[in-house]
Amino acid sequence: MNRLSQSNAPIYEALLEYRQKRIVPFDVPGHKQGRGNPELTDFLGRQCLSVDVNSMKPLDNLCHPVGVIRDAAGLAAGAFCASHAFFMVNGTSSAVQAMVMSTLKEGEKIILPRNVHKSVIGALILSGAHPVYVNPGLDKRLGIPLGMSAADVQKAIGENPDAKAVFLNNPTYYGICSDIQKITKLAHEAGMLVLADEAHGTHFYFGENMPLAAMRAGCDMASVSMHKTGGSLTQSSLLLLGPNVNPDHVRQTINLTQTTSGSYLLMASLDISRRSLALRGKEIFARVSSLAEYARGEINRIGGYYAFSKELVNGDNIFDFDATKLSVHTLDLGLAGIEVYDILRDDYGIQIEFGDIGNFLAIISVGDRALEIERLVSSLSEIRRLQSKDPTGMFDHEYIPPRVELPPKQAFYAAQRSVPIGESENKICGEFVMAYPPGIPILAPGERITGEILRYIAYAKEKGCFLTGTEDLKIENIKVLEA
Amino acid sequence: MELWYTEQHTENVRFSIKIKEQLLSAQSEFQKIDVFDSPEFGRFLTLDGLVMLTEKDEFIYHDMIVHVPMAVNPAIKNVLVIGAGDGGTARELTRYDSIRSIDLVEIDKMVVDVSMQYLPGTAGKLTDPRVRLYFEDGLKFVRSKVDEYDLIIVDSTDPFGPGEGLFTKEFYGNCHKALRENGILVNQHESPYYDSYAKSMQAAHLKIRAFFPVCSVYQAHIPTYPSGHWLFGFASKKFHPLADLRADEWNALGLYTRYYNTDLHKGCFALPTYVKKLLENQNGK
Repeated sequence: MNRLSQSNAPIYEALLEYRQKRIVPFDVPGHKQGRGNPELTDFLGRQCLSVDVNSMKPLDNLCHPVGVIRDAAGLAAGAFCASHAFFMVNGTSSAVQAMVMSTLKEGEKIILPRNVHKSVIGALILSGAHPVYVNPGLDKRLGIPLGMSAADVQKAIGENPDAKAVFLNNPTYYGICSDIQKITKLAHEAGMLVLADEAHGTHFYFGENMPLAAMRAGCDMASVSMHKTGGSLTQSSLLLLGPNVNPDHVRQTINLTQTTSGSYLLMASLDISRRSLALRGKEIFARVSSLAEYARGEINRIGGYYAFSKELVNGDNIFDFDATKLSVHTLDLGLAGIEVYDILRDDYGIQIEFGDIGNFLAIISVGDRALEIERLVSSLSEIRRLQSKDPTGMFDHEYIPPRVELPPKQAFYAAQRSVPIGESENKICGEFVMAYPPGIPILAPGERITGEILRYIAYAKEKGCFLTGTEDLKIENIKVLEA
Repeated sequence: MELWYTEQHTENVRFSIKIKEQLLSAQSEFQKIDVFDSPEFGRFLTLDGLVMLTEKDEFIYHDMIVHVPMAVNPAIKNVLVIGAGDGGTARELTRYDSIRSIDLVEIDKMVVDVSMQYLPGTAGKLTDPRVRLYFEDGLKFVRSKVDEYDLIIVDSTDPFGPGEGLFTKEFYGNCHKALRENGILVNQHESPYYDSYAKSMQAAHLKIRAFFPVCSVYQAHIPTYPSGHWLFGFASKKFHPLADLRADEWNALGLYTRYYNTDLHKGCFALPTYVKKLLENQNGK
């Protein structure tokens, strides 16, 4: 067992052995290696269904790992410079929740930027923790929220010495990194833990010339979406722990909400992807970086678009930039990012990760080839030639600081009523409103609804952003707190 | 012992050629390249297991992709050829003294090298001083060109694999931009017969029609391509392929062509009913 190396993949190897032994299954799942569901088997393939199995002694148990899952997690911890790693099968959202819930109790404070993923605020509702928001600042030209400046974090720590943790995005959806090393040092000096959302940072651990990864910066916990840029199956993720966190306590917290039927397809995909990244990650991400760099150069040459990169770095709230992200500003063409996103999909058959008011983001990852990059660039060139408009009057917005009136949990469980969204000004919001992707809340439970926010929502809707979060699927009504 | 080359024309249909010997099997950065010698078709080139050309029937394809547009506008001076690393299209173009430049953009240099070595009858004119070779992605090449060509010939592989980008809206739009006001775009347009090819054919036609006021399809019989029934697209900003045919002018050039002639030109745009329906039926899609 001690002889395992990064070229092993214990879960994958155990599944191969299981398949070879032709075990007769009198356990769940009921499709019995696919035989009971020929249509599904035909669709997904026999190979796939034959290893969609349940936990058993030779395959270990995700909730109580003492065998191959423990071994595979140990290898993942090694590959990601962590003291401990958990395989997560309910997305990075579950990893984020585990970080927050294992660190904070009811009423305890956490310092965080407002441009966090919805799952973070969801975890605040679950745990009852109180947010202390740091203004992430906003790039005026691009209209995107940035990282936290270390000075602002220091100030927040000074004002809230009782806070238990600092939370940060490494990087943000757009690829922007805070000074993670300095923030970690400040937090640790104040006795606080540092939690990092690295949903978009898997490659930081393997590529060269990448922004600093959380575990290397000394953070205490990090959630890593292996499925986003690491090549594993959708919904599979890793939770990493540093040396100062008790893994047994974290496991207990994870088990509060985790399925007891963890998918071996997801776990095997994590295991195989970790092996591939550990063995070949450097080359893989060198290629990804060069594809992104090439695309950026070509897109900037078209004119009208601004594919931004490290030139934004200012040593403060843009401490570093993840150059594998292909984030492109579109407002100078007279088109919203979301409009370009829609045109690319509807007219050119190209699916982009997301578009917002001023930008779109294309993910470049392990699976990309030059061929598809050329298609993207040529399509953008055509969109400029055929569809660009007068850019005056395009929405230009400021960071809207949230006015937190109540902690998220208290607001979520308070008496609420539904009102038409246009009549909700000055009320306290009882639910989430966000554009998905990126899934960063525009409003969260407990926040004051302002005219400025309502104008922003109306504009985002008009431009075709996919708004989500409210009970009302049409986003015409919103739940507010009873006065 | 008998050696047979077998190609899967559809999941349920196979096409086989008896082989004398395999002359080459190589893997380039983009695709698998093989050259065989056969008693019936002579030497032939395959890419990723699909016949691109045989010595025996390549004249049909190259006649039809070159002489049809040339007979509509014999004044063509600047030509862009995309794909066609085998050199057959360039060979036919070099027969026109009036053509001043032929830019040939082939993504895979190995296709050119292999063709020069094993298929000199096809590739021999790639050394003509008017031919400039560019080894890069066709989609990328055409992106930066504005008003530069009288004729663009898209001599691509099928729209799965390296040729995929040459069947896209962004490609046809960029071609439109790269053509002068009298410009003609001719492309290999797949086959109407088998479903998967017919779908590519329909999609390509729909996309081209969005850019070009004149948009027609013509056909030829190419024995080694799936079903043997092959289509070409003729799209242009100005010229109609039949109304603007300069038959006398073209015949006066005195070019001998084994497949093409100006009578055939008039006939090849007459399509079978089911093909017309396939081309019409996509209106609503």
